[in-house]
Amino acid sequence: MLGLGADLLWADMNRLLGFLFHQGVLDEHFLQLHHLQDESSPSFVSEVLNIYFHESEKLLNNLRSLLMDRDFSDYNKMAIHLNQFMGSSSSIGAKRLTTVCLAFRAATQHSNRPGCLRALEMLQHEYCYLKNKLHELFQIEQQRALAAAARYPLQNNQ
Amino acid sequence: MGMSAAAQFHVLAVDDSLIDRMLIERLLKTSSFHVTTVDSAIKALQYLGMVEDKLKINVNLIITDYCMPEMTGHDLLRKIKVESNSLKDIPVVIMSSENVPSRINRCLEDGAEEFFLKPVQQSDVNKLKPHLLKSRSKEEEETQPSNNNKRKTRIKCTI
Repeated sequence: MLGLGADLLWADMNRLLGFLFHQGVLDEHFLQLHHLQDESSPSFVSEVLNIYFHESEKLLNNLRSLLMDRDFSDYNKMAIHLNQFMGSSSSIGAKRLTTVCLAFRAATQHSNRPGCLRALEMLQHEYCYLKNKLHELFQIEQQRALAAAARYPLQNNQ
Repeated sequence: MGMSAAAQFHVLAVDDSLIDRMLIERLLKTSSFHVTTVDSAIKALQYLGMVEDKLKINVNLIITDYCMPEMTGHDLLRKIKVESNSLKDIPVVIMSSENVPSRINRCLEDGAEEFFLKPVQQSDVNKLKPHLLKSRSKEEEETQPSNNNKRKTRIKCTI
């Protein structure tokens, strides 16, 4: 019964991953991240993603403070934060988020404040969506690993 | 200190993004490179200065991001290839998230061995070994005693 659970969870995980790829939320660089994880670095993916979330939230706050400032005019500074956000999003395979950053960047290049505000809102929305989905993925993977370990408790003692 | 083919190559990776540093380090390590990472071009120069002075740690290749505050990867490239005597033989690879042909050409003209578009992939890292092996064999030739002047080519004998 536990074995069946692990298989169902595996199917759930693949379904969610497939969905996220199909929707263009993630791309192959997300998979590459997983290929870099092995026995010598078993929690590499979660380490990278945790740092990504932490950095992203800081950058989003910076962007928001800059834009909310009534005397705001430093589009260059905003572009710097944006480029950083775009770079790390692209590196972990967050394709749709990267695309939204591009639109935001175009607005900064035209010093288009209303455009920037709209883009920021979209960015926040997209980021929240990504974070939730990645957490969901991670939870399923955790449950699956537990279920699989319960099925084969002696697997490591060959 | 082993000069065998199995001796690890030491790569210095330069990137101001923590995530990109983690990724490139992991990528290089899974290809059996020994890796040192720094977060700026200035720190890279400090490390290289320290290294070539007394410590006898070899840096076999430098891989650097292009876009960095204060000193760019291109500035670093020029410091190494144009303005330095002791460092100019170290192969330098540039990485960038932007695909700007003029930028790429400029870097290659100024001495970069390769230009990788980010995110860097395993297939990119696989391109590094030939550059490193070429440098290593050049190094070995230079440290050979000079009584072999007449023998310019190695003749492989199979009986």
